[in-house]
Amino acid sequence: MAIALEIRQLSKTFTPGQKALDNVNLRVDEGEMVVLLGASGSGKSTLLRHIAGFVCGDAGSGSVKVLDRYVQRDGKLARDVRALRTQIGFVFQQFNLVGRLPLTTNVLTGMLHRVPPWRSVFKWFTRDERQRCMAALAQVGIDKYAAQRASTLSGGQQQRAAIARTLVQEARLILADEPIASLDPAAARKVMDTLARINRELGTTVIVSLHQVDIAMRYCQRVVALHQGRVVYDGTPARLTPALLHDIYGPLATELIAHGAPEAQAAPQPALAH
Amino acid sequence: MTDLAIAIPPAPRPAHHTGRLIGWALLCLVLAWAWRGADMRPLDLFRDSGNMAQFAGDFFPPNFRDWRIYLSEMIVTVQIALWGTVLAVVCAVPLGVLSSANIVPAWVYQPVRRVMDACRAINEMVFAMLFIVAVGLGPFAGVLALWVHTTGILAKLFSEAVEAIDPRPVEGIRSTGASPLEEVIYGVIPQVLPLWISYSLYRFESNVRSASVVGMVGAGGIGVVLYEIIRGFQYADTCAVMIMIVVTVSLIDLISARIRKGLI
Ligand SMILES: Nc1ncnc2c1ncn2[C@@H]1O[C@H](COP(=O)(O)OP(=O)(O)O)[C@@H](O)[C@H]1O
Ligand SMILES: [Mg+2]
Repeated sequence: MAIALEIRQLSKTFTPGQKALDNVNLRVDEGEMVVLLGASGSGKSTLLRHIAGFVCGDAGSGSVKVLDRYVQRDGKLARDVRALRTQIGFVFQQFNLVGRLPLTTNVLTGMLHRVPPWRSVFKWFTRDERQRCMAALAQVGIDKYAAQRASTLSGGQQQRAAIARTLVQEARLILADEPIASLDPAAARKVMDTLARINRELGTTVIVSLHQVDIAMRYCQRVVALHQGRVVYDGTPARLTPALLHDIYGPLATELIAHGAPEAQAAPQPALAH
Repeated sequence: MTDLAIAIPPAPRPAHHTGRLIGWALLCLVLAWAWRGADMRPLDLFRDSGNMAQFAGDFFPPNFRDWRIYLSEMIVTVQIALWGTVLAVVCAVPLGVLSSANIVPAWVYQPVRRVMDACRAINEMVFAMLFIVAVGLGPFAGVLALWVHTTGILAKLFSEAVEAIDPRPVEGIRSTGASPLEEVIYGVIPQVLPLWISYSLYRFESNVRSASVVGMVGAGGIGVVLYEIIRGFQYADTCAVMIMIVVTVSLIDLISARIRKGLI
């Protein structure tokens, strides 16, 4: 199987003597759905931001490759990092939509890389492009709010719009940084279901960071656990017992375990026709 | 001065005190020095109070005989302000973005900011006199003068708004692989637009005021008329023109305040 992500010996130091990432090695195959688990401050966001090429690793340290192309190497971003980012969809904890723009425009920004600059400057999108945007909004179940400003929607709806953006972007790798940390359990379940569905039906690789081990178990076959910037576990969620978590994280383990799980099964949702 | 006086260590206080005294003494010296230069003669105001009263009396009743001329020149003034402001807004959008530290590197924003500082530092009257030499007497010189000066002001105000944005939506746009220009158009401008419009309207108000002054050096509009009738000692006419300026400026202030309120 093709390799979606390959990280080699990546380290990052923000404050001297304190490594936010410590010699991270990670390989993710295409089509996998992986949970990046860790207590807050363990380096999840930092790792995902390195993969998307928002931040550079330490000089002379390691590399990040996405879909066989370098995002960064030896602490320097690749020259064509913007072109590579078009393949990577990013879902943020705080949604990061443009509040004053309508949902449609927010979602359409996902396809800017396919729109000629003379049109994108004037926010001029063709009928087909708008149609594609509406389809994506329908796939995540928020098409009836298409014309509303993003800021008028609930957190869960905004997060699904952010996912719709990665759909029109036709990203082959989705990075979701604690996408449900700011949501209530019902909205959280919808967002996780949507991500799982995209992974299952479109074969998109999904890496989602969480700090709840029970949710990780529900959605993934593979958990990568981080602690103080190091990969401390990589395997099935089933073997990640409370005892093991206590061994790894000490008192921080409660943060990973104690969470109330979103109960009940998902209501039937529209299929992800592509 | 009970609890507080105990809390403060006693030693620095006298020094602090003398420092303050020296400060006040210096201020008095500077004021005295400037008194001579500014030819201050407050007593004249009282001695000539009879003249002043008569002078003020000459203004009333205002003489609106030539109101058609005044009105058409007033409209020219507003037209000068309008074009000066619009051209300035068009230029201040890119220049404002290019002087924002969170958008471009220092080697771009530093030089752009210095040029904008220069545009702002020099009064529109000075620009008007220069442009009259370049393009001749008339409203166009006024438009050019307002354009340059207002660009300097708006670029600074616009960039301050840009520097205060929330960076997260911009990162959201960046994550899609969008170009830097697209990051600005989709991520930055929607955030600052209400503020930008409000600043632009405010500058338009100020420019109507300024446009009536740049006329006095020959750059067209009501200022030209005002200059001529003051020089001709036609105070009743002067009064009429001043009333028209006040009314126009107030009207425009009111309208633009309305628009700004609707936008925020
Ligand atoms: N921009 C930054 N500057 C300085 N330190 C940072 C920065 N970003 C992250 N860190 C530090 O890196 C460590 C990991 O943070 P983060 O990746 O945000 O953790 P998580 O997302 O798992 O909660 C923390 O100690 C944090 O303080
Ligand atoms: Mg985080």
